Amino acid sequence: MLVQQYYQNERFVPDKEMDACGLFGVMHTGGVRFGGQMAIDAIKNMKVRGSGLGGGFAIYGLYPKYKDHYALHIIYQDKNMAAKKVVEAFLKKHFYVVFDEEIPTNPDIHLFAPPLAWRYFVAPQKGSAEENIPDDEYVISKVMHLNSHIDDAYVFSSGKDVGVFKGVGFPEEIADYFMLDKLYEGYIWTVHSRFPTNTPGWWGGAHPLSILDWTVVHNGEISSYGSNRRFLEMHNYYCTLHTDTEVLAYAVDLLMRRQELPIEVVAKIFAPPMWEAIRQMNDNDKELYTALRMTYAPLLMNGPFTVIVAHHNEMIGLTDRIRLRPITAGAKGDLVFLSSEEAAIRAVCPDLELAWTPPGGEPVVVRLNTRDHLQSLNKSI
Amino acid sequence: MQSYLLSEFIVERREDRCIHCRVCERQCANEVHLYDAELDRFFSSEKDCVGCQRCVTLCPTDALYVRPRLEDYRPNSSWTRDKMQNLKKQAATGGVVLTGSGNDKPFRVYWDHLLLNASQVTNPSIDPLREPMELQTFLGRKPDTLKIEFSDGKAKLGSELYPNVMLQIPLVFSAMSLGAISYPAFKSLAMAAKEAGVLFNTGEGGLPVEMRDEYADCAIVQCASGRFGVDLDYLNCARIIEIKIGQGAKPGIGGHLPGEKVSDYIAQTRMIPRGTDALSPAPQHDIYSIEDLSMLIYALKEATNYTKPVSVKIAAVHNVAAIASGIVRAGADIVAIDGIRGGTGAAPLATRDNVGIPMELALASVDKRLRDEGIRNKCSVIAAGGIRSSADAIKAIALGADAVYIGTAALVAMGCTLCQKCYTGKCNWGICTQNPFLTKRLNPELTSQRLLNLLRGWGHEIQEMLGGLGVNAIESLRANREHLRGVGLEEWELNVLGVKGAGE
Repeated sequence: MLVQQYYQNERFVPDKEMDACGLFGVMHTGGVRFGGQMAIDAIKNMKVRGSGLGGGFAIYGLYPKYKDHYALHIIYQDKNMAAKKVVEAFLKKHFYVVFDEEIPTNPDIHLFAPPLAWRYFVAPQKGSAEENIPDDEYVISKVMHLNSHIDDAYVFSSGKDVGVFKGVGFPEEIADYFMLDKLYEGYIWTVHSRFPTNTPGWWGGAHPLSILDWTVVHNGEISSYGSNRRFLEMHNYYCTLHTDTEVLAYAVDLLMRRQELPIEVVAKIFAPPMWEAIRQMNDNDKELYTALRMTYAPLLMNGPFTVIVAHHNEMIGLTDRIRLRPITAGAKGDLVFLSSEEAAIRAVCPDLELAWTPPGGEPVVVRLNTRDHLQSLNKSI
Repeated sequence: MQSYLLSEFIVERREDRCIHCRVCERQCANEVHLYDAELDRFFSSEKDCVGCQRCVTLCPTDALYVRPRLEDYRPNSSWTRDKMQNLKKQAATGGVVLTGSGNDKPFRVYWDHLLLNASQVTNPSIDPLREPMELQTFLGRKPDTLKIEFSDGKAKLGSELYPNVMLQIPLVFSAMSLGAISYPAFKSLAMAAKEAGVLFNTGEGGLPVEMRDEYADCAIVQCASGRFGVDLDYLNCARIIEIKIGQGAKPGIGGHLPGEKVSDYIAQTRMIPRGTDALSPAPQHDIYSIEDLSMLIYALKEATNYTKPVSVKIAAVHNVAAIASGIVRAGADIVAIDGIRGGTGAAPLATRDNVGIPMELALASVDKRLRDEGIRNKCSVIAAGGIRSSADAIKAIALGADAVYIGTAALVAMGCTLCQKCYTGKCNWGICTQNPFLTKRLNPELTSQRLLNLLRGWGHEIQEMLGGLGVNAIESLRANREHLRGVGLEEWELNVLGVKGAGE
């Protein structure tokens, strides 16, 4: 979620939120869509990793009927209908809205201050001055405008054929509220259960955080947050949610979408090898890794973290370079799992074929129609 | 004309301890101690004492005490002792009052009002004795992005990089020229820098040809307004070339090495006739504007075939942020900012004590400006002037510096006691003098070891503090002001520093 806001002085940038969390992700590498039961049961199994102050799901392959349209999930805090009116006028002006509806919710589930949630399937309607802007950039700029200029309206997700459902509560409560197990199918499910240590939860601050079809769920505290944030500001990403996850989401967007670096390289930027290890590499790698560390030093994510990043066709798990937060991978047939705890994987897949722990800084890359995730198996500890 | 000056120091000798070995007499170039063999007694000429503590340190029986003599005039908050002394000095000579080393006035030292963070619970602190703790730092321009090529599934670097220089510890010895300091002092800096994997700065006095094979690899060579010692080989042998525009101790004015100090060796290195005054003009006379600076930057890059980063060193002055931005846009790869507490071999007292601004504030605003303009990665920033400890250094890095210059701290490690008489050429510690009788007191083998110990000690301390913050690479603290908090500062100061108050 992007919000563009500029603080005249850094003193007034609010403190970042700190949280510890449970993560889970599951993907069918054959692209077969399945329901949410596994994701929900797995995260329920890790209940102590959350505190009921935030939970959420990202689902890929969610809207096959509208897969060529940007799916905007927008929430109106306090069910503010005035905000909805402004947003819809804005959408009408800048997009073709092909379909919109309230996101169905279960009235029997009572959550803390639930907002009104609405989804819009849209195509860009560019003015003559905007014709040359690529669709993705266009959508991002409009989303940014909505988030920063209209009070009480937040865009939860804005990608094609993907959606984010999140809120304040345990993730299984969020799932029940949005009836995820009954209504939706997808080929990637990522889940997050949140344990904030310094702020009460709010609906916008729950994970996953998303830009276009990129979503990020994250566990950890990034001690390099200030360095990362200030570097990203130079590239016009303004961190206003003040979560570590946000810097990760923007860094992923900058490196993977804008600069088109592959995840294997991006993982080595976020969690680079030690200089001592680089010294012992062959000349080619030494040159590459030295250049990466030199150029992208401000994007080194330092401190404990585990992250699951997803976009279409790909789900990626990564821990920090000295592995201060856990991640376990598992596989059975075409299903690949990433989780904070192995127990959660086994809870939903008792006949697991493979389970392994990737080393710090080594990404597990799960790709559609490949066995790329097994590369990290060879390096597992 | 008779001087009405009072002595600055009281020299006390405990006769019951003195064994009349006459070390004090031999060590004092100011001839404070005089031994009368007939009377078998010492006399002190207190008015000549500069308080350098050389005799005190070397006295084998601890018989000597040298203390500042502070309270002889009637106390007066406005007309302080040093103000009155300076008036008397000036009345006697009609000259400009000179001084050496850095500003000693009680301007706020911001380092002492900034506190570092540490990890508790939500993230673990890291023990540098057990785990890697990386201080490696690159100086130079960084690209916006890298091109990575893949062949046979193997990633390969596809972009060409700007020249960068790696430091093992983000510390660099400040510019101290041969001529201002003695050859053994100069060589000690070079030796320690080489051993520690950092750099030393030659200052504007050139780099002796016979040192180039061994030490050019860790040298920053300066191209200053006097252009002393600059030729193609000098530029090409070094790692970094620095254009010196200004110096924190004396912003806006040049330098003057008196002819008496220009010995054969120094004359040769500086490429000037022996015994002539080496005058560095206040401005560089080919730089009267930012575009002129750009031309010099690119002239130096052309001369070295774009293989070396070019640094521009400026004094911290009021609009330093805008100047730094212009410097980066003019093509500099490194901007060095020297604050008001930066040292000097000689400067007019009025300038040293009254011109410029503290480096902490300058650094914070330069870093912010470069980020606001999106050009921070196009250069490295080196902070200089008054870095007294590893804590100051790490705070400078948290405020936004890539590395710090240490000058005075290195001199103190070599023996300097900040007596501020560098301009007299009578340095009893053999550092800031060309008198062979004095310079031979400094043995480069031993002195470089002291400097190396200093670098290592600071390195360890920085590692400890980094680990405490829960990061294991120095780049994760760079410009990470979230890890700083201010105490006892005014609101405007916190705003300029971009740092929250403690508890905020």
